[in-house]
Amino acid sequence: MVAISLEAVPRLWRLARIEYDPARQRPVLLYPEGAVLLNETGRAILELVDGTRSVARIAAELSERYQTDVTEDVTEYLSRLAERELIQ
Amino acid sequence: MTNERPTTLLAELTHRCPLHCPYCSNPIDLLRAEREIGTEDWKRVFTQARELGVLQLGLSGGEPMIRKDLEELAAHARGLGLYSTLVTSGLGFTRKRAEALRDAGLEHVQISIQDSDPASAERIAGTSSVKQKQAAIALVRELGFAFSINVVLHRANLDRVGEIIDMAADYGADRLELANTQYYGWGLRNRAALMPRREQVVRAKEIAEERIQRYKGRMQMLFVLPDYFEDTPKACYGGWGRFYIVVSPDGKALPCHGAYVIDSLEMPSVREHSMNWIWHESPAFNAYRGEAWMKEPLRSCHDKAKTFGGCRCQAMALTGDAANLDPVCSQSPYRYLIDQALEEYAGPEKYVYREVPAAPVAAVAEPETV
Repeated sequence: MVAISLEAVPRLWRLARIEYDPARQRPVLLYPEGAVLLNETGRAILELVDGTRSVARIAAELSERYQTDVTEDVTEYLSRLAERELIQ
Repeated sequence: MTNERPTTLLAELTHRCPLHCPYCSNPIDLLRAEREIGTEDWKRVFTQARELGVLQLGLSGGEPMIRKDLEELAAHARGLGLYSTLVTSGLGFTRKRAEALRDAGLEHVQISIQDSDPASAERIAGTSSVKQKQAAIALVRELGFAFSINVVLHRANLDRVGEIIDMAADYGADRLELANTQYYGWGLRNRAALMPRREQVVRAKEIAEERIQRYKGRMQMLFVLPDYFEDTPKACYGGWGRFYIVVSPDGKALPCHGAYVIDSLEMPSVREHSMNWIWHESPAFNAYRGEAWMKEPLRSCHDKAKTFGGCRCQAMALTGDAANLDPVCSQSPYRYLIDQALEEYAGPEKYVYREVPAAPVAAVAEPETV
């Protein structure tokens, strides 16, 4: 897996959108022929993936919110989604 | 009962279709229009499916564009938050209807392509369709839908898989599904005319893998290997009654679109039952859940929690017992049936084209005037 760079400015795949699933009481990422259930961390990260914030900025904002350095978690999570082409 | 929630509903809105593709997985006994359930039935099914946890909806058929209420159904689905895919031949996808579907909130359109060679494509479809598909593809792009192309591969088009992939990329597809023929319904009837040579499949796989890298970041590709050419069975739709529900044009709910062949099971009707009952309580959806139904050699298989012994419908169609291990498995005593079928690559090229039966002719005709 190629790690996403801190300077990258990710955005969601054009064909994907986030929907709340009342049956599972969880947010879910929907795209053609697929769906990914999002946990709390995933949702917090993806809410900041807007095509203007860099990976570094997303990590900084979340690190501040959770009062601990989450840079590694953020890059790993986004790298996994990038590998699946769900973010660009 | 199950703790799983379904993720996908395939709504087979109609069996009617302008194409006659010999690999069609619809049943041989296609349903005529008067057997189809109505708009309100479908809307209720979508609502109940959503409550049950369904996230993805396939609006399929037959040709779903034939249904006049498609726009209304698409709007209802979007209102529920479902992600909908229209699975179409492209025929009947006119500008007026395409715009109405977009306004209804339809997100994803999947168009079938039969071949890169126009003459071969027309022969496979059993009708003229290439020009209309090109027009539909242009509309899909113009209106900004998520766009997939799907191609069913078999003896007559496998050697052109490279050209087919390049054509899909030129068409601007976001996704391309290359699915080797699965032999159900009409596909099983036409097996001898569709079966490729092993070398064709091996070569096509190499070409597809090379193109997957070439088009990475531009077009997502899926190459589904034909299970006859493998020796471990596929976990069909992730296992019986685990994620997937099909509803047929007449409102029968099935765990798989091939499940109508299992005639020992009564498939529950959405006219009589809720989707919740169908999913959790119906004998048909519970029949092959868990491991209690498994027989030897599957019961002792260390992969049984992964493969679930393959496809129940294929086991039924080929061995006569849906509880048998899928004969694709090298451990199945029926594997010889698959090996015999693989020899059919030398079979005749002539197709039995898919047809919806004509309305019955009235037994009493008007008296002739002489």
